[in-house]
Amino acid sequence: MSHIKVELKKEQVAKIKDICKSFNNEAGELINVLHKTQESFGYLPAEVQEVIARELNVSVAKVYGVVTFYSFFTMIPKGKHPISICTGTACYVRGAEKVLDEFKRILDVKVGETTPDGKFSLSCLRCVGACGLAPVVMVGEKVYGRVSPDGVKDIIKEYEQ
Amino acid sequence: MAKYKMHVLVCGGTGCKASASDSIIEKFKSELTAKGLDNEVQVILTGCFGFCEKGPIVKVLPDNTFYTQVKPEDVAEIVAEHLVKGRKVNRLLYVDPKSNEHVSDSKHMGFYRKQIRIALRNCGFINPENIDEYIARDGYYAIGKVLKEYTPAQTIDIIKKSGLRGRGGGGFPTGLKWEIASKNAADQKYVVCNADEGDPGAFMDRSVLEGDPHSVLEAMAICGYCIGATKGVIYIRAEYPLAITRLKIAIDQAREYGLLGKDIMGSGFDFDITLRYGAGAFVCGEETSLIHSMEGLRGEPTNKPPFPAESGYLGKPTNVNNVETFASVPVIILKGAEWFASIGTEKSKGTKVFALAGKINNVGLIEVPMGTTLREVIFEIGGGIKNGKKFKAAQTGGPSGGCLTEKHLDTPIDFDNLIAAGSMMGSGGMIVMDEDDCMVSIAKFFLDFTVEESCGKCAPCRIGNKRLYEILERITNGEGTMEELERLRNLSLVIKDTSLCGLGQTSPNPVLSTMDNFYHEYLAHVNDKKCPAGQCKSLMQYVIEPEACVGCTACARNCPVNAITGERKKPHVIDTAICIKCGACIEKCKFNAISIK
Repeated sequence: MSHIKVELKKEQVAKIKDICKSFNNEAGELINVLHKTQESFGYLPAEVQEVIARELNVSVAKVYGVVTFYSFFTMIPKGKHPISICTGTACYVRGAEKVLDEFKRILDVKVGETTPDGKFSLSCLRCVGACGLAPVVMVGEKVYGRVSPDGVKDIIKEYEQ
Repeated sequence: MAKYKMHVLVCGGTGCKASASDSIIEKFKSELTAKGLDNEVQVILTGCFGFCEKGPIVKVLPDNTFYTQVKPEDVAEIVAEHLVKGRKVNRLLYVDPKSNEHVSDSKHMGFYRKQIRIALRNCGFINPENIDEYIARDGYYAIGKVLKEYTPAQTIDIIKKSGLRGRGGGGFPTGLKWEIASKNAADQKYVVCNADEGDPGAFMDRSVLEGDPHSVLEAMAICGYCIGATKGVIYIRAEYPLAITRLKIAIDQAREYGLLGKDIMGSGFDFDITLRYGAGAFVCGEETSLIHSMEGLRGEPTNKPPFPAESGYLGKPTNVNNVETFASVPVIILKGAEWFASIGTEKSKGTKVFALAGKINNVGLIEVPMGTTLREVIFEIGGGIKNGKKFKAAQTGGPSGGCLTEKHLDTPIDFDNLIAAGSMMGSGGMIVMDEDDCMVSIAKFFLDFTVEESCGKCAPCRIGNKRLYEILERITNGEGTMEELERLRNLSLVIKDTSLCGLGQTSPNPVLSTMDNFYHEYLAHVNDKKCPAGQCKSLMQYVIEPEACVGCTACARNCPVNAITGERKKPHVIDTAICIKCGACIEKCKFNAISIK
């Protein structure tokens, strides 16, 4: 999916340049720049990375290297309702894998994918620090605790309209 | 300032916030205003109380009443009964599982009785967004004392004498680390706080930052004074938005009060702190990786020496400590090295915070003196294993650690004993497992993690761990052989010996430790093609016992793939070709008619 060509509008390029400028176009600020850019674009397609590389005067390869190194950065647009299943150890021993399997089955996507209608994307994350509620699922910012495989369809239903 | 007669403390930790503690606060405020009590009772959002299992927690002061699992609907009753009439709401109090009695004061709860809170001293007690509350608890008194009374060398000496060791994993003596950094002359040095808590299942650093951010800022300033640094950087996970917000507030307040910035307390000492965000990479917990990440690069480790104390951030001498280590520093200065050294064991002083999670009754954050036994932690503080199951193992040290078993229950927990037992302290995650957990799968789970988190720089870690994972996968699929068991162990030892950084050197630990303690489970998978715990899907089948099945149809109705057929009131059958082994039928069967073979 990362091969989809994205055409950046003029305002978008200007926005990226502004972000770089707010960090004085310093190469050492690359990670902060990427954070800010992802915050405003939702993801970091190759075209966005090219602009950043030019502005900070580093190679595109270096930017790409950093983007792909850290799990927080993504080159694929997330769904309207990003679903993250905690697969930290505490959630794992309390059955997170079965919950994940159920999400995969109902949404018919793999981890890291987005449903064709763009509504849901599925990902795993490592520990949100709410181990008392394990297993934990996040939809957007909302945290669902003590989720059972049975409860998965109800969570999805909440967002289906 | 208004003088309040009572205080209501509401937990604002991540777990409790996820269970609506925000609306509980709103509800308290509106109820109190409606009753005209808003000038007599103060409602405060605090950091984590630690007892996450029973969240959201609400505490009422001065009588120290501890309400558990409070819902927004319960607030009106607490206000009307407790705050107005002085009668405690019994149904929301903690019930002691042994005596079945209501316990109102948290001091008398099994969960808190054995704890000593040093790093967590202010968590759940003060409003983390108000610097005055921290100051009222002797906050910033330690930095004042240090600047006025001690030289840097004297301060380092106090930390050395206290015996404080790094709480992030390795357990390196903190005072010694500071001394080394102080001796390297440079025009600029840095103090770095490692708040990139990456061990999945450990959340103590987050709780300290969310519940008591000023203690970390104060300690960093003290460290800066000791080593001669004027700049501090907190490297924090971007996944911790609440902690980031509270740190930003705390830094602003400290600057406003002149406790950070130029000429602190008129001493001529300058120190300021900025934030850097991580972006999700476990390897960045390693010092050199962390420093590269701070410089905007991929978080790959480099060989030591040179150590960060010689050449770290931007090539300058840098001292890196973790959150919990810093949080212990101000108290040591105030109460003295002897006091701290009197707690704990011979070589591990003070207390350690553990994140207790997994199959245990009281999930939460605990702080106990070093030397407390695993039995005390699991059965007294933790309240034992969930659902009356049998204790099998506790994983400490996360993906770099190993498991402790029944034979380790009475071993005093400290840095050296854990290493002797084939595990390690790590950052303090403690995941408890019961008889239903397959130890081969647990090892595979951790390997899955390290394979994903390996930075790829050195071959043993990048390729070796992947091969380990593949062998484990074959074993859990019932395709393993005895030769492969041998290869598993040998390869593990090679990876440990030849990897560049801490991640690779410790990544085979879960494999070696489960092989040492649960070799019979490996053998069962390889020789008998059976998973004793009934966890490995490829090695099991769901079967309905015809004698026990009454034909209630509950299983068939709940099967997500319609693998179960049968007439009403007649025994049902599972089509193993369709069955996805999700276990939904077992959960629904009231007659124990379904078993795993």
